[in-house]
Amino acid sequence: MNRVLRRVELADRIVQLDVEAPLIAKKRRPGQFVIVRVVEGGERIPLTIADADPEEGSVTLVVQVVGKTTTLLSHLAPGDSILDLAGPLGRPTHIERCGTVAVVAGGIGVAPLYPIAKALAEVGNSLVGVLGARTRALVVWEDRLVSVCDELVVTTDDGTYGRAGRVTDALAEIASRRRLDLVVAIGPPVMMKAVSELTMPMQIPTVVSLNPIMVDGTGMCGGCRVLVGGQNRFVCVEGPEFDGHQVDFDNLIARLNAYKEYEQESLRSLAEGHRFAEGSCRLSEEVRRAGS
Amino acid sequence: MPDPERPDDLLRKADDLTPKERLSLPKQPMPERAPEERRRSQEEVPLGFDEVHAMLEACRCLECKAKPCVAGCPVGVDIPGFIRLVRKGDFAGAIAKIRECNCLPAVTGRVCPQETQCQLHCTIAKARKDPEEAVSIGRLERFVADWEREHHARRVEPSAPPTGKRVAIVGSGPAGLSAAGDLVRLGHEVTVFEAFHKMGGVLVYGIPEFRLPKEIVQEEVDGLAAQGVSFEPNVVIGQTVTVDELLEEEGYDAVFLGTGAGLPMFLEIPGEHLIGVYSANEYLTRANLMQAYAFPKVDTPVVKADRVAVVGGGNVAMDAARTALRLGAGEVTLIYRRSRAEMPARAEEIHHAEEEGVRFLLLTNPVEILGDERGRVRGVRCLRMELGEPDASGRRRPVPVPGSEFDVPAELVIEAIGNGPNPLATSTTPGLETDRKGRIVVDPASGKTSKRGVFAGGDVVLGAATVILAMGEGRKAARAIHDYLTTGQW
Repeated sequence: MNRVLRRVELADRIVQLDVEAPLIAKKRRPGQFVIVRVVEGGERIPLTIADADPEEGSVTLVVQVVGKTTTLLSHLAPGDSILDLAGPLGRPTHIERCGTVAVVAGGIGVAPLYPIAKALAEVGNSLVGVLGARTRALVVWEDRLVSVCDELVVTTDDGTYGRAGRVTDALAEIASRRRLDLVVAIGPPVMMKAVSELTMPMQIPTVVSLNPIMVDGTGMCGGCRVLVGGQNRFVCVEGPEFDGHQVDFDNLIARLNAYKEYEQESLRSLAEGHRFAEGSCRLSEEVRRAGS
Repeated sequence: MPDPERPDDLLRKADDLTPKERLSLPKQPMPERAPEERRRSQEEVPLGFDEVHAMLEACRCLECKAKPCVAGCPVGVDIPGFIRLVRKGDFAGAIAKIRECNCLPAVTGRVCPQETQCQLHCTIAKARKDPEEAVSIGRLERFVADWEREHHARRVEPSAPPTGKRVAIVGSGPAGLSAAGDLVRLGHEVTVFEAFHKMGGVLVYGIPEFRLPKEIVQEEVDGLAAQGVSFEPNVVIGQTVTVDELLEEEGYDAVFLGTGAGLPMFLEIPGEHLIGVYSANEYLTRANLMQAYAFPKVDTPVVKADRVAVVGGGNVAMDAARTALRLGAGEVTLIYRRSRAEMPARAEEIHHAEEEGVRFLLLTNPVEILGDERGRVRGVRCLRMELGEPDASGRRRPVPVPGSEFDVPAELVIEAIGNGPNPLATSTTPGLETDRKGRIVVDPASGKTSKRGVFAGGDVVLGAATVILAMGEGRKAARAIHDYLTTGQW
């Protein structure tokens, strides 16, 4: 169950895992996510399904290492298993033909964005992509995104690859020369906020996919609630996608940081366990043992 | 008259006690951990009877012919029958008698509101004109269930020959477990699907360890597994597999939906998005299912605070308030908009919370949650209330006192104001009728829904109710499912 079939290191601290999950692979549609728990005593965290192969019975997850749970995930090797994997959760993306769509990815936002872009292209939309990252080494899945776009602009904050600047700079430039009927933006909340602020005066409908802290992912706890148009909305059952012009991003960002100190403590205790272990690389072995 | 101070003497003569003598026997006290000791501990509060005290308490039962207590039990346990066996010291016989009707006795013996059910009807209580004086049916039930567990005396009961019929149970809470237990004994192949990684539903995510040790829930689940029930965690029916797929593709002949009341309500007042505001569901799930009390040994944290405000007056509010104490809060204030008489929580839970130092702020309604410059909770702005005319629920309606605003300082606010039914399974099942509040509409006698082959029970039908009512619904549906599977008649 939930066996890791392949592990690809996409960039520093960014890992792609293809995981055996036949039911989810068959069922999932673009925009949906899974909840994973890696070890006994571990947290439940949501991860967007980046791709799926129903024939192989596998789903693809892209993990950026930020805390303890993602560290544990990134250390899984082929043959290891994820302890618990539940999904697909959330509402699928509404896919329809509307004309020209700008798909905008920030960092590993490209992973959840790619299946949506693919589905939008399949129904006959013309796609223009923007893929932004801090630096060249962190640009991932450019090959996948370019395969479904008529045009792809890559940006890096430090100018080491593609155009120097932010995704919003590239998007503004594209919007000045092409009519855009829809923008789909997925990435860090600050980036989705900036994109939404850019497109609001242009009156381009903008869909964003939110990734707040969740516990159960089934509507049970309400921890993932966000303010959309001033209303309480549960991301796990009513989202994850919402109208970017209505989302209160500042509140989302504040709530995402609610457990910062606790996360640091968790990471510290993991690192201490590592230091006290004999030898230099016991961590992955321990993780593997705990995960199997 | 035997001397109650000399238990051996009394128990020897137990068969010959006259009703008058039974009536005069004192109620056996339940030993409890002291409030000071327990308020920081996850250990269970009531310690349970020992054999002698259980037998002495059992001697109080008049074993009346009319058995009014049985009529008060949602699952119809033969109460005088099992108590008689306790009195005789036949604990194995007593637990077998309970298990005929109740597959979770160690759970119900702890969390059932006996004082409003079986014990409310007890003849002793009526004769003494004091409901507190009823025979302690719940405590006796807990005693025999614990005796069974401690003596490894659990028997796998014989099941009827296999019928070849397959039933899917959606949700592993009390309704689902109860239906599963009955159906497997009737010879059906039963699979329980659970969205979480752990079985038990509200028994593991909602009810705290100090009221219901999780080990006990696990043992009841293990007992059902030994009986032949299959358990599938991490399957979200409605998402991973739909109800239609269970019936049409996965080969199930019937489906029971016991998905519970898992959609928390919020007050919808300003400030609810501040850091440090939780639904009771989230707070309790973090603390119980995810064991946040052991952080950082486990990875799920919960915001710790010195001053905690809990909004609500039900059992869930009491659980949240008492959990906050155990997570280290110095001051826990429970805010409830009506008076103590209207509190829906069990008297025992209110009493335990007060003993442990929870402060009750009654006739008080929160109007805003206040935050600091970092977006964290710093308090709750409240209005004083007074009781007006009775409302639709028959309780006097709380009316705000104009200009009575005051602030309660708190770094953590937990809202325990109720739950709606979880929509995941219902919203993905065409042809399944629900009411305005999202509850599944069923035939009350059988649990049949508007969709052929689909039954439902528990909180998803009742709205938020109790463990034992959910179990009663599960049993009722199990009988109707059995009828449907054996006759083919809908």
